[in-house]
Amino acid sequence: MTETATPPVPGLDLKMIREFGPFRAYATDARVDTGVEPDRTVKTHCCFCGQQCGVQLKVKDNSVIGIEPWYEFPFNRGMLCPKGVKRYLQQGHPDRLVHAYEKDATNPAGFRALPYADAIARVAEAIERIQTEHGPDAFAVLSGASLTTEKTYLMGKFAHMCLRTANIDYNGRLCMVSAGAGNKKAFGVDRAANPWNDILGAEVILVTGANVAECAPITTNYLWQAREHGAKIIVVDPRITPLARTCDLFMPIKPGRDAALFSGLLHLMIENDWLDHDFIEQHTVGFERVAEEVRKWNPRRTAEVTGIAEKSIRQAAEWWGPAKTSFLMHARGIEHHSHGVQNVLSTINIVLASGRIGRPNCGYATITGQANGQGGREHGQKCDQLPGGRDLANPDHRAHVAGVWGMDPDELPQPGVDAYEIIRKADAGEIKGLLSICFNPVVSLPDNNFVRKALEKLDFFVAIDFFLSETARYADVVLPGSLQEEDEGTVTQVEGRIVRINKAVDPPGEARQDWRVIQDIAKALGREKGLTFASPGEMFEELRAASKGGVCDYSGVTYERIEENFGVFWPCPDETPPGAPELGPQGTPRLFEPGSWNPVAKGAGPFYFPDGKARFNPTPYEGPAEDVDSDYPIILTTGRVVSQFLSGNQTRRIGPLVDHYPEPKCEMHPRLAARLGIADADWVTVESRRGTCTVRASVVKTIRPDTVFLPYHWGGRKSANQLTIAAQDPISKIPEYKVCAVRVTKAEAPPDYAAVLEPQQ
Amino acid sequence: MPLAEKLHFFVDLSRCIGCQSCIQACTECDTHKGQSMIQLDFVDRANSTQTAPVVCMHCESPTCAEVCPADAIKRTEDGIVQTARKPRCISCNNCVLACPFGVPKMNTEMNLMMKCDMCYDRTSVGLKPMCASVCPSQALAFTTLDEMARLRPNAKPVNTFKFGAQTIHTRVKVMVPADAPKETVDVTAAMYERTIGHDILDDVFGEGPVFGEEEA
Repeated sequence: MTETATPPVPGLDLKMIREFGPFRAYATDARVDTGVEPDRTVKTHCCFCGQQCGVQLKVKDNSVIGIEPWYEFPFNRGMLCPKGVKRYLQQGHPDRLVHAYEKDATNPAGFRALPYADAIARVAEAIERIQTEHGPDAFAVLSGASLTTEKTYLMGKFAHMCLRTANIDYNGRLCMVSAGAGNKKAFGVDRAANPWNDILGAEVILVTGANVAECAPITTNYLWQAREHGAKIIVVDPRITPLARTCDLFMPIKPGRDAALFSGLLHLMIENDWLDHDFIEQHTVGFERVAEEVRKWNPRRTAEVTGIAEKSIRQAAEWWGPAKTSFLMHARGIEHHSHGVQNVLSTINIVLASGRIGRPNCGYATITGQANGQGGREHGQKCDQLPGGRDLANPDHRAHVAGVWGMDPDELPQPGVDAYEIIRKADAGEIKGLLSICFNPVVSLPDNNFVRKALEKLDFFVAIDFFLSETARYADVVLPGSLQEEDEGTVTQVEGRIVRINKAVDPPGEARQDWRVIQDIAKALGREKGLTFASPGEMFEELRAASKGGVCDYSGVTYERIEENFGVFWPCPDETPPGAPELGPQGTPRLFEPGSWNPVAKGAGPFYFPDGKARFNPTPYEGPAEDVDSDYPIILTTGRVVSQFLSGNQTRRIGPLVDHYPEPKCEMHPRLAARLGIADADWVTVESRRGTCTVRASVVKTIRPDTVFLPYHWGGRKSANQLTIAAQDPISKIPEYKVCAVRVTKAEAPPDYAAVLEPQQ
Repeated sequence: MPLAEKLHFFVDLSRCIGCQSCIQACTECDTHKGQSMIQLDFVDRANSTQTAPVVCMHCESPTCAEVCPADAIKRTEDGIVQTARKPRCISCNNCVLACPFGVPKMNTEMNLMMKCDMCYDRTSVGLKPMCASVCPSQALAFTTLDEMARLRPNAKPVNTFKFGAQTIHTRVKVMVPADAPKETVDVTAAMYERTIGHDILDDVFGEGPVFGEEEA
């Protein structure tokens, strides 16, 4: 008797889940045996967020049996969040893919194992066929920013040189692109401007759209430490996050109104002449146009639009305006919007107007999301990019990189489309084949019912993964890749500091390092030229040459220099350009210092434009793409919880992290709950124009009464991204995760998944 | 090697972000792998994100030891109150019930009271306890009094607690505002004090309409 596998049902792919998980792993055997000593410890970094905390992995018999704090690493000095403490439980996990798989409709679990070499041959055959029949661009690549910089470099080279496809993009499209685009428009360079030590000693710290305590926990101690010495901390957020609970000023902004707030603050800075006129005159252009733009943002209007009391807006301006030192940091809260770049630019405007940048304790930064959220956006896996932060559309840049790669620049593809557009093209039939790695769009992209539909239309889909993610369930072939602890390389963390990832264990079974998998595909295609690296170190050496002279210049960085100095900050050229000051062993910890040199300004000024000056950019306010109305009267905003990471493909398999916060809950204010007849822990259905999601209510006073919050780490019917809108910023193409319109009702019965799925599934 | 006299464990509740890193790290301690000796709870989640970690306070005159009929709980010369000794513990739960801070827990599988021993295996060789090592907000910190005074000039350590008629001195210190009038935390009295903060929260989101009332 054979059962026929049916297409996956969102959230109820029961047979696949029983075969591939996610199941929860807990410490057993050597991991709990108090008598076991590790063979060795490996100094490396966390596999999760962009803070990249240093940690030591305790290794015994090719297994990671625990962690030991790494006190010497200066960024976190031993500190770790719960994800970092328990990350080792992903290694040796029962769900780990140790074979290649192919879709098999006759198998109840939907897949059957096949030899790795056969799987590679199938992938190559499919790529060849699709590209021959439909052209090179008909095969697309989705990559990710949790990969090492070496791998992200390789993915760009694989797409542009081996596949010759224009269509490669990465999951930083969901993460860092609004900040990146805003930084490039204002500063000409996309990197946190300061090392985190500059937070200490700042008089005023403005944190906007950043749930620091849960999403960048280590940064909390920097903020608290600054406060111990008198810093005022201002938090702008629709929710009273753990950081906001004890901040000096909490500004409960209505989601999607950020640019209005910062225009309002600049208005007050101008009105009170809290401006650094010398800085504005000598180091910036465009102030007058921005001043004109914010003239209408008086406190009353700002208060009306943002939902923040006028007195709080005035208070924030009174602290921020005349301060001698300050630090402004933001994250996805202002960036995940259809006007994300405008929001970012509006914060930069108040930094530039203050003149407080490029000096000790005067800082500005976006908080990167993924492990390599910084390095992953620099070296050529973005749809319009080449290594070194170069542009695929720039003839000089094409010539430089083509020279390093040994190819004709004319053979390089032109810029392709962003990650969501790749999905839309799959839906439209223009893209027939897809390779994905380190990306789980079925959970992480907005309006993911559409994403599923598009993936089902592909002629051929290959996923490289270490666990069978919700997205890999749709693949024709799944290739077993590597966990972070199974490979080495570098990543660039939140401060722009390049750090070393060291290998602790070997990949199990037929799994192998991601870069070997990619090179195996290239070889099977007969297009291995330029993709025959023997180690990540070889890739890094080539990356150094490819990035040389670019904005993100790594040419002076070596693995040894990184290890000797606890990281190196780019730009770090291998030779000091004429007229440039000599860099220290750590490279460039702080950008935009007076007298600093960069390859664009060439000494004309500290910012990365030919005249060396920063740009003010007008930020006309526009509301969210989908505002509330009588049918969908409540704002939905989404985000993270401290114990889970992104799409949860790893953290939903780590038992102690699942137990901390097992399933998504819909946070709502008691006044809203009363209006809807909902009590704490009731099942509630949240519904948007795109989908519905039934979860339990968490009735708390710590959220705006007009807004509900859902964390997005779960797949299937628990996925918040069934509801979110695929509206994108016109410049950065980031989706608007942080605001859409929903209605909420008390569910008449528990959802059908409740009886059959474990919390993490 | 005894725990260095100059090293102290500090708890600062105002810094806690509820991340549970301490709990997770406690289960990594080499002497009781897989089990946490720390509790961390929301104080009142409906009203606030405030959380409070509870570690053993290592009393000078430990109530748990005083009430133990089997003399199973020892305090070391350097001031660390240990987990009950296995051969002596009769799992009577006296200590669990008597500890004013609610720290000892009965491990029913092992018939043994287990509690935080300030990572004695680590601290006695000069390392920090696991929880205070990893704590991302440094709500739990392990350092010298001088260093604490330098890092946190606006706070002061307090280690005297009153529970009704009982006054307890502890090795672990709790950070309170430097201008706090008292050198003692009166825990019983505080239970009846008006909570600061919640009334502020009521005000933050104003009294405006939730949605749709304008049209009604």
